[in-house]
Amino acid sequence: MSVMQAKDITMQFGGLTAVDKFNLTLEPHELVGLIGPNGAGKTTIFNMLTGVYVPTIGTIEIEGQSIIGKKPNEIVKMGASRTFQNIRLFKDLTAIENVKIAYHNFIDYNLAQGMFRTKKFWSEEKKAQDECFKLLEIFDMGEYADTLAKNLPYGQQRKLEIARALATEPKVLMLDEPAAGMNPNETAELMKTIHFIREKFDITVLLIEHDMKLVMGICERIIVVDYGKTIAEGSPAEIKNNPDVIRAYLGD
Amino acid sequence: MDQKKKKSYLINTAAIALLYLLFFVLIQTKTINNYFVGIMIMTCIMIIMALSLNIVAGFLGQMALGHAGFMAIGAYSSAMATKAIVDAGIEMPSILLLLVALLVGGLVAGIFGILIGTPTLRLRGDYLGIVTIGFAEIIRIFFINFGPTGGAAGLKGISKLVDFNNVFFITVIVAVLIFTFGRSKHGRAIISIREDEIASESAGVPTTIYKVLGFTMAAFFAGLGGALYAHYQAFLEPSKFAFMFSIEMFVIVVLGGLGSLTGSILSAIVLTVLPEMLREFSEYRLLIYSLLLIIMMIFRPQGMLGRSEFSLTDFIDKLIMRKNRKTTSDGGEK
Amino acid sequence: MNLFLQQLINGLNVGSIYALIAIGYTMVYGIIKLINFAHGEIMMFGAYFAFIAATSYNMPVWAIFLTSMIIMAILGVAIEFIAYRPLRNAPRLSALITAIGVSIFLQNLALLIFKADPKVMPKLFPEKIFYLGGIEISSTTLITVGLAIVFMILLDLYIRKTKQGRAMRAVSEDKDAAILMGINVNRTISLTFALGSALGALGGVLYSVAYIQVFPTMGVMPGLKAFIAAVLGGIGIVPGAMLGGFIIGMVETMTKAYISTTWADAIVFAILIIVLLFKPTGILGKNTREKV
Repeated sequence: MSVMQAKDITMQFGGLTAVDKFNLTLEPHELVGLIGPNGAGKTTIFNMLTGVYVPTIGTIEIEGQSIIGKKPNEIVKMGASRTFQNIRLFKDLTAIENVKIAYHNFIDYNLAQGMFRTKKFWSEEKKAQDECFKLLEIFDMGEYADTLAKNLPYGQQRKLEIARALATEPKVLMLDEPAAGMNPNETAELMKTIHFIREKFDITVLLIEHDMKLVMGICERIIVVDYGKTIAEGSPAEIKNNPDVIRAYLGD
Repeated sequence: MDQKKKKSYLINTAAIALLYLLFFVLIQTKTINNYFVGIMIMTCIMIIMALSLNIVAGFLGQMALGHAGFMAIGAYSSAMATKAIVDAGIEMPSILLLLVALLVGGLVAGIFGILIGTPTLRLRGDYLGIVTIGFAEIIRIFFINFGPTGGAAGLKGISKLVDFNNVFFITVIVAVLIFTFGRSKHGRAIISIREDEIASESAGVPTTIYKVLGFTMAAFFAGLGGALYAHYQAFLEPSKFAFMFSIEMFVIVVLGGLGSLTGSILSAIVLTVLPEMLREFSEYRLLIYSLLLIIMMIFRPQGMLGRSEFSLTDFIDKLIMRKNRKTTSDGGEK
Repeated sequence: MNLFLQQLINGLNVGSIYALIAIGYTMVYGIIKLINFAHGEIMMFGAYFAFIAATSYNMPVWAIFLTSMIIMAILGVAIEFIAYRPLRNAPRLSALITAIGVSIFLQNLALLIFKADPKVMPKLFPEKIFYLGGIEISSTTLITVGLAIVFMILLDLYIRKTKQGRAMRAVSEDKDAAILMGINVNRTISLTFALGSALGALGGVLYSVAYIQVFPTMGVMPGLKAFIAAVLGGIGIVPGAMLGGFIIGMVETMTKAYISTTWADAIVFAILIIVLLFKPTGILGKNTREKV
């Protein structure tokens, strides 16, 4: 069964159709790229898939269960988590606290146990600390665990956001332009990390990028959108030579 | 619990015990008079009010300008409860009666917190601020018009159950509980809403539930503060819980530093004791107070402690470290 | 029916005063996103200056209004310059606390200068009562409503038609873009305070004439209600403040007449809360969605 499936999702803002009958099927363990020029509707698609926007028309399912009308946090619980194009960290909290917040649903103690600091509190907090630290270490960020998010270098902030998304133990990880603002070295390293986490956590990754080159390198399948519509879909090689894609990117 | 935590618990417990002992001796030897003891009791109550407001204003990051309303609910409901118990002729030790009062005050205010918070927490920023003012005013006007609680004339004959000894320890317990709440997974979730609500939802935090939880916790402790107030003053009148009183509490929290509990404590002490100190300047009192407020905000807009907490353990560590450095450098000279 | 019409007139009278004061709140909020808690005190001082001008200097009525409005415009600008400008880039709540500080300061300054006992405001307008099919309308009511409406129209024209008015709208829309367009933001903000305070003073004088009293805490309740009016109409939107002012005035008068005087304020607040629950940004407010 597919992990995530969107059928004919359409988003209208007032009279403007930002996304028009978009279709998407993600199989387990896939690494799919969603590309398109600026303003093509990629982020709007993300916002629909994660419940930030409710599509005007269309259905979205995660492992066969509809997510329409569900809140973002409920969708996270069903197995889809995301990062944001313009980094949204909890700036005044430390790196590890950022991750712990996303790990929230796996920490098992109630209000009273937390306030009176029972044994359960300490053991669960220790588990959270260890698990979240491990996650940070996967991104080579162990040393930054107690650094405030706002004081992290830009590249680290991007990585922290991915670590935070992973802490929700998603089936599908959706990354919105994770390499934006990174230099070529950082980008190359990030792409390696994305590849690595897919193997390690055995998850599906959906990646938005507008830099074609970057996606070509790691994605098995690429979907190209322009003006809110899918204009091409296929392997990197197929996309590279598709005349519609070339037109969308370079103009007529 | 690791070594470091144990050490810090020990130090803080010792410091609180010492502080209490100090006050105890001062009061027993009549070094400080009854008038000043009264100020100390009011300070403790204001600390509870500020700490509880900090849950909404500091942790959750919402503008709540109606805290006096929850305090009023706690005060009146607890007073009615203890009056009923006393009138029914049920004998119980005063500490037990006080516990009943605290529980009733806290729970009733907490229930109102859920009732008010659930529909209104969808509103943002200043709109939420004005709605909380509105609820507090409605509560006050209700008590003015409500016969059974004495109406505008006030409610008399409440048992006086609060003294410095019990209010001191209740304040300590409340402070510790709010502190641990802030450092639990629930507190973290609430703080994440302040930081970025959209990111918080995307991290799987059920934000609506946690907003209401934060609001309710704040209402609960405010109600508890109200219960203390009622059973210290032994008299309640609606005019005490007017809009300006809510503002006063809000000022304390912002001045201490939003989100900083130690800041709230410090600020509550300063802002309760300071006006008393200024009493000899009687008519200039509030002028000076307001000027200090303006100057303070201009030069330190993030409040006294910002978002950081004062840690006695770290403070002592630093002191010792400095001493160590001094002794080693002294040694070097020899 | 007559009673109802009579109350309608009264509501219009009170509402026009609230509207004038609400405009000051909304203009300042629109431009620097600050709830100017001191605005109620501006109104109060405006009333005191009118009182002094009328009793000590025996000025003609138009001069009384003009003096009070000009002095308060200057005071408003001064308050912004001294207390709010240094905090323009600070957290918004710090600015709010400063505004509360200014409010307490002004109130106690008035207490110190004028003492707590209420002064009797002299009648500024020739007393005449008009009868209109069984309802009484006093000249004071007519002039109050008339003056308020005239000034609101003038303000609306000013904001929409003049260069400075456009600058005001530009700054409240997007401050950074306005700077890039060469608009002098500081001057525009000062101008906003001047206009808002002048209208607040006008409201204050009219209020004191209507209630025949001037006292140091007179600004608190009408200030709070005018602020509610601004929020009800959609804060930051000038026509919203006018609409909100009239609604609050009307609701207050009607509840006092038909339901209960003691519950009137509670009902006003309840209506505000209900409206906000259905329309979270006020009656004329636009729902802005945060960009993700």
